[in-house]
Amino acid sequence: MELKELYQEIILDHAKNPRNKGKCNGYNHDAKAHNPLCGDKVHIYAKLDVNKNLSDLSFEGEGCAISLASASILTDTLKGKDLQFSKKVTDDFLKMLKNKSKITLNSLSEDQITTISSLSGVQEFPMRIKCATMAWHTLLAAIEKKK
Amino acid sequence: MNIKNIKSEFPIFEQKVNGKPLVYLDSANSSQKPRAVINRISNFYETEFSNVGRSVHSLAVKATNRFEESRDKVKNYLNAKHREEIIFTKGATESINLVASSFGEKFIKEGDEILTTELEHHSNYVPWHFLRQKKGAKIKFAPVNDKGEVGIDEIKNLINSKTKIIAITHISNVTGAIVPIKKIVDLANEKNIPVLVDGTQGAPHLEIDMQELGCDFYAISCHKMYGPNGLGILYAKKKWLDELPPYQGGGGMISEVLKENVTFADTPTKFEAGTMQTAEVVAFSEAIKFIEELGIKNIHNHENEIMEYGIEQLKKNNSVKIIGDPKERGSVICFTMKGIHPHDIATILDEDGVAIRAGHHCCQILHDKLGIPATARASLGVYNSRDDMDKLSDAINNCKKIFKI
Repeated sequence: MELKELYQEIILDHAKNPRNKGKCNGYNHDAKAHNPLCGDKVHIYAKLDVNKNLSDLSFEGEGCAISLASASILTDTLKGKDLQFSKKVTDDFLKMLKNKSKITLNSLSEDQITTISSLSGVQEFPMRIKCATMAWHTLLAAIEKKK
Repeated sequence: MNIKNIKSEFPIFEQKVNGKPLVYLDSANSSQKPRAVINRISNFYETEFSNVGRSVHSLAVKATNRFEESRDKVKNYLNAKHREEIIFTKGATESINLVASSFGEKFIKEGDEILTTELEHHSNYVPWHFLRQKKGAKIKFAPVNDKGEVGIDEIKNLINSKTKIIAITHISNVTGAIVPIKKIVDLANEKNIPVLVDGTQGAPHLEIDMQELGCDFYAISCHKMYGPNGLGILYAKKKWLDELPPYQGGGGMISEVLKENVTFADTPTKFEAGTMQTAEVVAFSEAIKFIEELGIKNIHNHENEIMEYGIEQLKKNNSVKIIGDPKERGSVICFTMKGIHPHDIATILDEDGVAIRAGHHCCQILHDKLGIPATARASLGVYNSRDDMDKLSDAINNCKKIFKI
């Protein structure tokens, strides 16, 4: 595994210019997590509307490029999406890092799949997997927990 | 044996990491082990192993003798007054927990104060936090200055009639500041306050003489001073050990066990409940021999020279910020880089075979005070060289390349 694959252009871009950063207006679900090993922190804010859509999604956090990029990519991909679908994407993402499986969801655009898959390089760096998965686990926690 | 080619005494350096020669800069976390220590462990298991202090058969006698010889070796190395002042534990963490628990149980009451500093590792804070919760004691933190040091005045200002113990590190594992222990002990002595020194970072790099330092307790992690993992030492003045209640109960630490009552063994056995680390204790003698043969002052001077050189190299790089600027620094260089998180630095450096640590290094209070969530840390051992510092510097430039900075 080359470092270049871990720190791809897409990841560096999301890390340097994170999307959906801050508290989104009218959020009704949120959860936070931190990694005591490295001090990474993430706080996910979600607005789940009556039609069970994640009509808004954002995050606050600090951490390494992988954790920031992962949170940014998460919000960018799932904002506006249906809840069940978002859970499926999250499940697929976590499986991708655990079992090295590919993400093949029909309702995601090719661009979105490429973006999410850019984080698959983390598989080769076992100590860094938590950096990539933390935001996604936190999203699941936020969905379970009403404000 | 001499320091210049000391790497050859450490088998770990025979391998390559990610295809590159290993540049090990994580000794403040744990040091590598010289061949003599590794060989002693296997040799002990092959020829002398038995549980110690219990059976009467020949092997038990041999093992017990080797174990107690190690205690003598440590006693002499630390220049303790009595061999009973050396207690084996599983690490400096357990050594401090032992004091916080046993000393706290006997001497700390509600409203009493424990004086510590903002420099401390979690292992010299959390055990006192337990005591705070259990007894309603207070913890006072001597502030760190902008150079990353805690001076004698900061300690003096916080001492009052409620101060029951001072718990302080010898060397900060983040800023590298060497704390003026001797002065603090002298000050504490005037007020009859005992001092516990967290010697985790001090013992591997400085000459430590208990008669000269005069502290009441000194905690050591053997695995950071070229010794086996899972072993620590608590040095404690005999007057304390005789008075303190045991820390853990079990086999070995008792005198008589009756249904109505239990009486305890004398020190140090009173504090060594259950089967102890046997091979580790025996092999630690070899680690001390290794240090003695090179001379701790020579080790310190060597590391100092390499560290100064390393700092000089890093200062040339305008993306690097070195944390702390203590007058006396011990073998630790913490730094941050503009635009690259320490965790990413550590991953990128590893690809070049350069092993460092990133994070808060178990010092969250200090990092909060410094206003940074994490730092990258290069820490030195006797086996490091100028060449290692050059490789660190090159690998840091590689970080900038990958992050396009």
